[in-house]
Amino acid sequence: MNPTTVTTLGSYRNDSPYPFCPGCGHKSILDHLNEALVELQADPMKTVIVTDIGCAGLSDQYFATSAFHGLHGRSVTYATGIKLAQPDLTVIVVMGDGGTGIGGTHLLNAARRNIGVTVLVFNNFNYGMTGGQHSATTPEGAFTTTTPGGNPERPLDICGSVGVNGAGYVWRGTSFDADLTQRICEAVTSDSFALLDIWELCTAYFVKSNQFSRRALESTLETLGFQTGVLYREGRPEYSRALRESARIPGTVPGGPVPVEQNWSASLERPFMIELAGSAGGRVRSAARIGALAAIRSGLYASQRDDYPVTVKTGHSLAKLLLSDRPIDYAGSDRPDMLVILTADGLGKVRSRAAGLSSDSIILTVPEFADIESGAEVRVVDPASLPDRVPKADLGLLALAAAVRHSGVFPVDALRAAAAEGPFGESNAAAVEAGIRLAGL
Amino acid sequence: MRELTDGSTAIVRGAVDAGCDFFAGYPITPASQILTGMSREMPLVGGVAIQGEDEISSIGMCIGATMAGARAMTATSGPGISLYSENIGMAIIGEVPLVIIDVQRLGPSTGGATTAAQGDVQFVRWGTGGGYPIIALAPSSVPECYTLTMKAFDLAERFRCPVFVLTDKELNLTATTVDIDAYEKVPVRPRSRMAPGESAGAPYSYQPPDAVGPIATYGDDTPVRFTGSTHDERAFITKDPQTVGALNEHLVAKIENHQDEIDMVVADIDPGADTALLSYGITAGSMREAVRVARAGGRPVSALTIQSLWPVPEPAILGLLESHERVIVGELNHGQYRREIERLAARKTDVVGVHRTDGTLITPQDFLEALS
Repeated sequence: MNPTTVTTLGSYRNDSPYPFCPGCGHKSILDHLNEALVELQADPMKTVIVTDIGCAGLSDQYFATSAFHGLHGRSVTYATGIKLAQPDLTVIVVMGDGGTGIGGTHLLNAARRNIGVTVLVFNNFNYGMTGGQHSATTPEGAFTTTTPGGNPERPLDICGSVGVNGAGYVWRGTSFDADLTQRICEAVTSDSFALLDIWELCTAYFVKSNQFSRRALESTLETLGFQTGVLYREGRPEYSRALRESARIPGTVPGGPVPVEQNWSASLERPFMIELAGSAGGRVRSAARIGALAAIRSGLYASQRDDYPVTVKTGHSLAKLLLSDRPIDYAGSDRPDMLVILTADGLGKVRSRAAGLSSDSIILTVPEFADIESGAEVRVVDPASLPDRVPKADLGLLALAAAVRHSGVFPVDALRAAAAEGPFGESNAAAVEAGIRLAGL
Repeated sequence: MRELTDGSTAIVRGAVDAGCDFFAGYPITPASQILTGMSREMPLVGGVAIQGEDEISSIGMCIGATMAGARAMTATSGPGISLYSENIGMAIIGEVPLVIIDVQRLGPSTGGATTAAQGDVQFVRWGTGGGYPIIALAPSSVPECYTLTMKAFDLAERFRCPVFVLTDKELNLTATTVDIDAYEKVPVRPRSRMAPGESAGAPYSYQPPDAVGPIATYGDDTPVRFTGSTHDERAFITKDPQTVGALNEHLVAKIENHQDEIDMVVADIDPGADTALLSYGITAGSMREAVRVARAGGRPVSALTIQSLWPVPEPAILGLLESHERVIVGELNHGQYRREIERLAARKTDVVGVHRTDGTLITPQDFLEALS
């Protein structure tokens, strides 16, 4: 056997015989696939047959094209990756009905995206290789080794599912249909997500257990009300190209390091931590970031650890700003040198730690929490004493500015400069000025 | 010059500078910033980033894309690695170069999404059926996130296997000041691709067992086969004992016979020390701080930071065990890597663990107390 000696003209089969049971539909479908490839004169180097497991999963071995034989139910994910990386390849997935159950989400999402791969479902209503168990497409009432009393589940309408979710080309028929070759050709050339739901006979199990036949196959289609033929045909942009187009954002440049200029200096004898304890919406984290950038402007090293609930826009928001004169290896300390308590949410998260602080720490807070229990020195600042009302969103930065002014840990001018940058520069700068003024009162 | 950044950003930059041009991932805290970062960066370098419908599809797309010539990376956290499990095995048997970032969070199960932990250390090593080796690197600082991501791409190409970068919530989400010249670029070898006509489409070779052949790529001038089943050198399914044995021996030998190309440790040895600290990842930062404090107080101590967790860098660890009476291992789990150290110590050296699984970091003080 040599899988590479066939020509592109006559056949895409290699000389290995099919391993399928007598009467199994797989052989017939694969012969149609071979005919379709011949008719399309597909380039074997540019064609990849992707399979997963089971009897249908063996199919790729009998073709002289490229092949990918992957895990149960996941063939569409591999096919998607291949197509995304090389949009010019022809990617054909062969899966059994088992794959439509375990890999159902992949089918839906590939259809929704309209990734340009063709999926041939070898649908014989049961798992043949593993012993005739029922699948997502087993007709109601049918007998399988796992539905000995008759299948109580409704069969999956594969075509309907992928069709209403955007597949570009959807066809249903049987392995006995003479136009199957033509339909495969249409699917492959549709430049869209294309699926052919091909009903066929499993002579090893399903035919035996259900006295099933070609006639029964056709009458089941009728009983279920499942239409046949080309069911959906939609011209949408093919995904592997559409993604490339949509992902480009004009003017965006690759994100390299963002250096921070050092225009000030500060000296620290030991690391110093300012912790801000406030509420979501108080821009606590962005205040801490401005503080970190200001510290770097002052020649220090800074780290910022945040803590907030998964709900993001409600509840507490904590930020620990650790400053040091050398690179920070450990940023996890729970003992702030200056604990800034802004709101009841913040207080709720730090109350017990505040109680444990000793007199070498300072708590900076608003009048509302002036009677907090703590061994730390408590200093109160009152935003209400300022001539203008301070918006809630500026409270974090205002308090940070007051803390920096109080502690002298780095020059307030560095904070002024860091605050003035960015889209909120004007209001941030105002908040910093208010905080500096407040600390001086 | 310095900047304020975090591990996620450094990993994205490392991937871009390593030539990564395909990313697929699914949102999960604390790895999501890598997904969003790659979504922004990939189009700028002519690559593709996609948010898969789940973790299984994300790693599946990466494997497919690699076979079509891409240099791929994915990123998730412990619960996502659980879902990656089968495809990790497929990347092993199909010899697919792939970088997997595991930003660890506290487990098991959903655990603590924004909680520090190092609980996936043994999981990434044994996280798929069969028990075959992978490579796992563990950065302990933001600059190392950059460098070891590049190194992971290089090792993935060298050994045609999945390479993990094992980081954690703390390293990835804490913004830190970094000296910009601390980002060390490492060379990333180009993919060894099969030359036109080479081997008539046989994409694998098992002789000699540790040889790693060039990769055949879809779309080149020969049909290329890939299979997740036991296969011969042309990727046809086989049960022939000789071929199957050769395949499986190859998967082990190609890594284990070349450990010297993988081993990465940072040794800080004080010849006067009777005790050594050993750690990795975020905990190694605490260890370094503890070493500074101990030495400033006149206490001699050695330290070993393990950067290549798997395969275990045995020569360096054995050297440490032989030259010290006691080795203190710090990690945010119940002793997953300590068991490797104990195995190598063979009861001849005291091995002591410092462990936390309460969601807080091991502090420098924790190390100092173990040291006293």
